[in-house]
Amino acid sequence: MKITVRINGANHTRDVEPRLLLSDFLRHDCGLTGTHVGCEHGVCGACTILWDGAPARACLAFAVQAEGHELRTVEGLAPGPGQLNPLQQAFQDSHGLQCGYCTPGILMTMTAFLEENPKPDEAQVREALSGNLCRCTGYQHIVDAVLRAARAAEQRKPNA
Amino acid sequence: MKPAPFAWHAPDELEAALALKAEHGGEARFLAGGQSLVPAMNFRVAQPAVLVDLNRIATLDTLGFTADGTLVIGAMCRYRRIERDADVARRLPMLAEALAEVAHPQIRTRGTLAGNLCHADPASEMPAVMLALAARFLLRRKGGERLVAARDFFLGPLATALAEDEMLAEIHIPALPPGSGTAFLEVARRRGDYAMMGVAAVLRRGADGRCAAARLTLCSAGPVPLAADRAASSLLGTRLTAGDFAAAAALVGAEIDPMGSVQASPAYQRHLAGVLVTRALSLAAERAA
Repeated sequence: MKITVRINGANHTRDVEPRLLLSDFLRHDCGLTGTHVGCEHGVCGACTILWDGAPARACLAFAVQAEGHELRTVEGLAPGPGQLNPLQQAFQDSHGLQCGYCTPGILMTMTAFLEENPKPDEAQVREALSGNLCRCTGYQHIVDAVLRAARAAEQRKPNA
Repeated sequence: MKPAPFAWHAPDELEAALALKAEHGGEARFLAGGQSLVPAMNFRVAQPAVLVDLNRIATLDTLGFTADGTLVIGAMCRYRRIERDADVARRLPMLAEALAEVAHPQIRTRGTLAGNLCHADPASEMPAVMLALAARFLLRRKGGERLVAARDFFLGPLATALAEDEMLAEIHIPALPPGSGTAFLEVARRRGDYAMMGVAAVLRRGADGRCAAARLTLCSAGPVPLAADRAASSLLGTRLTAGDFAAAAALVGAEIDPMGSVQASPAYQRHLAGVLVTRALSLAAERAA
């Protein structure tokens, strides 16, 4: 069946089977391979995207369900080619990634988290991170990166 | 790790969804948040020929209190909406307390309470919480409906009282009377994991300060969410002291049947039950003061 899904502000129209997972639709049909697939049963968090602004597992939804919704993937974060957004920059500055496989999912989880909690403490960051696995186990630097991004956003505010 | 083929229907109206289920019966599954069903389909443990997707039925995404204080939660109300509702947190604090233990934020943005209850995993928190709060479930089918008490709904691991043509359309949770205190506690290996043991306690003090009502339920304690009725009854009329809680905890062992897992032996689960029952009762009593 033919569907149109809005991803990072652009419409993608494709002919798909109902059983096609949203994660596979993003990667194989739309070529948006930044969304990674780890466990395919909702445990690892690598495929986390934003669905109408809220973090969700792309492997636990069918592409046909996404019609009429706004999706955001890691490709939608950077302001332009070769550039990083402040959260991505903080991950680079804090060495918040090792192999990088879990990073897109964590960036999307933390994008939504920071929008709601602009001034989090470390415990809140760890709670928010609990749904994303990093098998390099570099969690400390990921937590550091998120706190760094929150501090940087605070400093950028006018009259801060 | 990819679902088997299925026919997908996404009606806009409840009646259409019920008609589809009546037509296809056991061949069809309702799809709500998909956070239990889709993993099962990815593993091909579940291979429904027909999916009746409820996500477009706006009238099922409801959350609100009736005039008598009953909380009514519709089939498509997602966890995220329940856990963020200030009235729910104030009037039924155990619901919000236990929801924080259900999986992860990314699961709770999609997952629904009704879907979780229909999945009927005995390790899941919510079935035990529904028993503790004396919830009732409105089951709808084409041309009819019935109310079933939570304690009559769960028949075994992944098995419920739902007939093939029925939908869990609404969850009704009665108001807690004045003087009530509640607590939900669990122990899990990692944040967001299923509990190795979980305990929900509801206590009410009478005007004389003595225990006037008590309910105690457990998850991961047997093939279904369990109500430890003898332990709860032992508290009636007591002053809710540490000794009363220890006596109740000692009775719980005879009422549970933990199955064990790679993470916890039945003996360890029994130990956890004793510890958590004591702590949950103590916390609930404090909150009922």
